[in-house]
Amino acid sequence: MQGLITIFWKELADHFTSWRFIILFAIVFIAGLITTYVAAQSIRETVIETQFCFLRLFTTGAPFSFLFFVVVLVPIVGIILGFDAINSEKNSGTLSRLLSQPVYRDAVINGKFLAGVVTIAVMLTGIVMLVAGMGLRMIGVPPSSEEVIRLIVFLALSIVYGAFWLGLAMLFSVFFHRVATSAMAAIATWIFFFLFMLVFADQPISRIFPLNLFGEAVTVLLVPGVRTLGAIAPSASAWMIPSPLSLGQSLLIVWPHLVSIIVLMVVCFAISYIKFMREEIRST
Amino acid sequence: MSELSTQLVVETVDLTKVYDGNKVVDGLNLRVEEGDIFGFLGPNGAGKTTTILMLLGLTEPTSGMAYIYGYNSTREPLKVKRISGYVPERIGFYEDLTASYNLAYTARLNGLSEELVRKRVGESLGVVGLSAVADQMVGTFSRGMKQRLAIADLLVKTPKVAFLDEPTSGIDPEGVNQMLELIAGIAREQRMTVILSSHQLHHVQRICNRVGIMVKGRMVVEGLLDQMGREAFGGGQFSIEVQLTEITSGIIDRIKQVDGVVGVDRSGDLLLINCLEDLRPQIAKAVVDSGGSLVEMKIQSYALEDIYMKYLTEA
Repeated sequence: MQGLITIFWKELADHFTSWRFIILFAIVFIAGLITTYVAAQSIRETVIETQFCFLRLFTTGAPFSFLFFVVVLVPIVGIILGFDAINSEKNSGTLSRLLSQPVYRDAVINGKFLAGVVTIAVMLTGIVMLVAGMGLRMIGVPPSSEEVIRLIVFLALSIVYGAFWLGLAMLFSVFFHRVATSAMAAIATWIFFFLFMLVFADQPISRIFPLNLFGEAVTVLLVPGVRTLGAIAPSASAWMIPSPLSLGQSLLIVWPHLVSIIVLMVVCFAISYIKFMREEIRST
Repeated sequence: MSELSTQLVVETVDLTKVYDGNKVVDGLNLRVEEGDIFGFLGPNGAGKTTTILMLLGLTEPTSGMAYIYGYNSTREPLKVKRISGYVPERIGFYEDLTASYNLAYTARLNGLSEELVRKRVGESLGVVGLSAVADQMVGTFSRGMKQRLAIADLLVKTPKVAFLDEPTSGIDPEGVNQMLELIAGIAREQRMTVILSSHQLHHVQRICNRVGIMVKGRMVVEGLLDQMGREAFGGGQFSIEVQLTEITSGIIDRIKQVDGVVGVDRSGDLLLINCLEDLRPQIAKAVVDSGGSLVEMKIQSYALEDIYMKYLTEA
């Protein structure tokens, strides 16, 4: 436990003092502020819809909403925090020194993963609070309790989504010896899924890809008006009531998505964990 | 010291490691006693590093056992790591962190209290002479400085046994001397058992009391330095060349009687005397006593180098 805590704090300190974190935070921060500003402007100009006005801060905006930025940027955050987690320690020769200390080997990978997740959580929580605060000032409508709960669920899901990408990047860092290779592999995966999201946005098959999964899930969470994600027969859709869903019903729709994202994260981390634990330290 | 009072620090029993069908370490039986400075010699690729990694529990042996202070390195790696320190050949520090932070990290991983962390880090940096650069990034350090920092890293942990893998590689001759003196001094003061691997003999020769030579995964010879000389050459460690104006059998007989002389050979007007120690005064006296007149006398001692080369070519 001692070892895990020490490694966790050291990695966390590394993240928060590194240039890559500062740059990332600046990018996410600016993206968040711009989209909120645009969203708040359009909300003020067009509608005064009484229900869920606050959530619209996060979902409206042209050409991009805050939601879109989260879907696209959170993977980058995860990748950048994790792509060199293990192989950079191998290359710099610190791993053998680290592992010759009295710590369990899994403390190294667990500590790094936890530190990454906490960094993502701090970053996302910070940015959501900022957007909320700025939005509150600009539109002057306080969030209802349901909106707050929806936002918290959205935040939690975003952190899990970020943790998935972190896990994927760490997976590459365990498998590839060179830092550049693991970075490229992780970025390539992200681009692949991103293009898939754009191309197959409305196809049911797209749901096996993490970007689409997450995109759909958070849309349902933050836009209570979304009643269904599947195809609906015209005869049935005629019976649908055009009113927002309750929180429970929204959660019911995205439940499979939530589970899938958590499973993806666990699988990624588990593979890198096993590979790292079985790996031998070699003399060469 | 009797056998009973010394404790075995390192023991391996038929330790074997196979990588892709190659026996990197082949049935190694190594024993190192408390307080030894053991020189682990061998050419590159002899399996020294692999042996050290197995002893530390970082690599699993294919067969055989490795023990440190009686703890099984494979089954109880944490206990082994708590009492042993390791300086790898490719010393790695976090380059964008300061020297003192790097050391403090090691100290914290060993579960020291914050107070003790600060105290030990300060002391260790002082011992290796890096106090002035304690708050500099390790990335700005020269190789020699990093090597000294690695020794400080060891001191922070204060292990009972230290494994130093090629601690003198890649530094200048003066740095090598400083490094060796540092290691020997620490071993003496902390009463630390040291296993020092190297392929450079004259480094090991200076501070080690026991030496093992490993070639192709096998320990070809192991023992105290002077013993090894005798075993390798079937005689003494010193060879004295004596030139006389005239050689008589009386003189030869007289020299043979000197204590410590192993053998006398005659070649032309030269006598080659093999002996256990530097006996030049006694031999000169013997020559004069038996009526000979000395022209010249030269001594040659077999350095470990010769022993090493002999085993290398035999293997």
